[in-house]
Amino acid sequence: MKYICKKIITLIMTLFLVSVAAFLAFQVIPGDVVTSILGTEATPEMEEALREELGLNDPPVERYLNWVSGVLKGDLGVSYRYSKNMNERMPVAELIGDKLPVTLWLAAYSLILIIVISIPLGVLWARSKNHYLDAALNVISQTAMAVPAFFLGILVTYLFGIILKCFTPGGYVSYREDFAGFMHYLLFPAISIAIPKIAMTARFLRNSMLTEIRSDYVRTAYSKGCTDRRVMYTHVLRNALMPVVTFLGMIIAETIAGSIVVEQVFGLPGVGRLLISSISTRDFPVVEILVLYITSVVIIVYALIDILYRMIDPRISSK
Amino acid sequence: MKKKNTQKKKKWNNYLVVGLVMTGITLAIAIIGAFWTPYEATAMSASIKFAAPSLTHWFGTDNFGRDILSRVMEGVETTVVISILVVAASAIVGVLVGALTGYFGGLMDEIMMRITDAVNGFPSILLALVILSVLGSGVEKLILALAIAFCPSYIRIVRSEFIKYRDADFIARARLMGVGWVRILFVHILPNIFSTFLVSIVIGFNNAILAESGMSFLGIGVQPPAASLGKMLSDAQGYLSSAPWYALAPGLAIVWIVLGFSLLGEGIRRRNQ
Repeated sequence: MKYICKKIITLIMTLFLVSVAAFLAFQVIPGDVVTSILGTEATPEMEEALREELGLNDPPVERYLNWVSGVLKGDLGVSYRYSKNMNERMPVAELIGDKLPVTLWLAAYSLILIIVISIPLGVLWARSKNHYLDAALNVISQTAMAVPAFFLGILVTYLFGIILKCFTPGGYVSYREDFAGFMHYLLFPAISIAIPKIAMTARFLRNSMLTEIRSDYVRTAYSKGCTDRRVMYTHVLRNALMPVVTFLGMIIAETIAGSIVVEQVFGLPGVGRLLISSISTRDFPVVEILVLYITSVVIIVYALIDILYRMIDPRISSK
Repeated sequence: MKKKNTQKKKKWNNYLVVGLVMTGITLAIAIIGAFWTPYEATAMSASIKFAAPSLTHWFGTDNFGRDILSRVMEGVETTVVISILVVAASAIVGVLVGALTGYFGGLMDEIMMRITDAVNGFPSILLALVILSVLGSGVEKLILALAIAFCPSYIRIVRSEFIKYRDADFIARARLMGVGWVRILFVHILPNIFSTFLVSIVIGFNNAILAESGMSFLGIGVQPPAASLGKMLSDAQGYLSSAPWYALAPGLAIVWIVLGFSLLGEGIRRRNQ
């Protein structure tokens, strides 16, 4: 319990630091935001009015406090680029709102694929007595780990979309209109994200199991008369999965990063595409919020994994 | 004594051999690509748009009639040069900062560790994206952004190795003999961590190449008309049904390079054990 409290305090501290960094980073950029929005032909009065509207005249500390208190209250600020009803600035919250579920579903989908496929595969691999199977899995996994997600996305599009016609490339279906169609379309980007991670996780689990098999408790279990199957599943696998839990935390962070690129390949209107387009149009309020959001997810996932790890392995907390 | 030990260890393994061969071929292509390509990489020709792979154009031509083989060779060169610079910059900073914080400890160490903790595990492509959005695009900025994104992991590795040796007997003796700290850090400790560090440098190449091609794919890395494998892939995506070979060559080139480096890293790691 004490540990969890400590963890939450560090979590808040880190989030605070990240928010300062995300805010500061975009204050030091060269070039005036106002000129970049209005163009060079704007009059000084127009520039001044816009500066006042965006709160750019306030001192940095005050602007930071305004921004953070806004974010905490759910007011994420307004976009520099997108407008709403022609003359109003688009609130960032609205801009992100309908894109967030796409990215979250994609990440969740990939993660489920990774867990469901890599764990049986890793067990099978560790148990394979066949030298050739072992070597084949080795070659396949090494190669799969070397394929970048965007190239895999292109290969998947070509194979499943153009040759096998399992889906229409670029034919994204909104989750609001047709959820089943949305999930069907999402399967292919999810596969592209998952394959390299499946290779990594299966490999990791296999190595972890092979280390565990050499331990004393395995010999004891065998000498007690446990069957091979029982030793594998209730003794070795349980212990071998421990480090895999931490490893999966890293995989989750990578999956989120991977979805940014893969969204681009499959034309998914998710947070990643918004991030890329906001970066190229220098729409900093949007970038700030997305950075803050993605970092928070990563940090919180790590903290949860840490806590989970202590819960399933009592040896760590007793140390 | 030391020599005997290395002789006893198994010097070669399959990973190392295959990795060295693949990486060697990559580097050869990069060097050749810097001086000679079968065709001018930016030479356009409307009459041979989307030519399928043939004897004259081994990997076909692209939407501007440019020879894909020549562009891949140049792209490999760009990617390799960028990743060498990125890895060199971040490894040097990593050694300097990691050595100082690991050896001396104290407040600086605490602060650095909190920062690297926050950054580490954070996907490096995302971090580089953010840095790049602040700096603006361009090759030299891409290199800087990736170098900054990769620094923390090197700092951590070097630091933990220096902590291991900080209190070793031979260091204590060197200190007693009056050896200065600069010499202790870089002459007495640094050579000992070399073999461990080498693995992370090779893995660093891997990550740098994936990150660079990813950023170029997203259009915020290497800018056209310069050839880059990532950018070629994103262009090729639009012509997937009419000219599938366009995507194949740059994609396979990335896989080849990354696979070579990762096998090399694995090979060195196994040799160290």
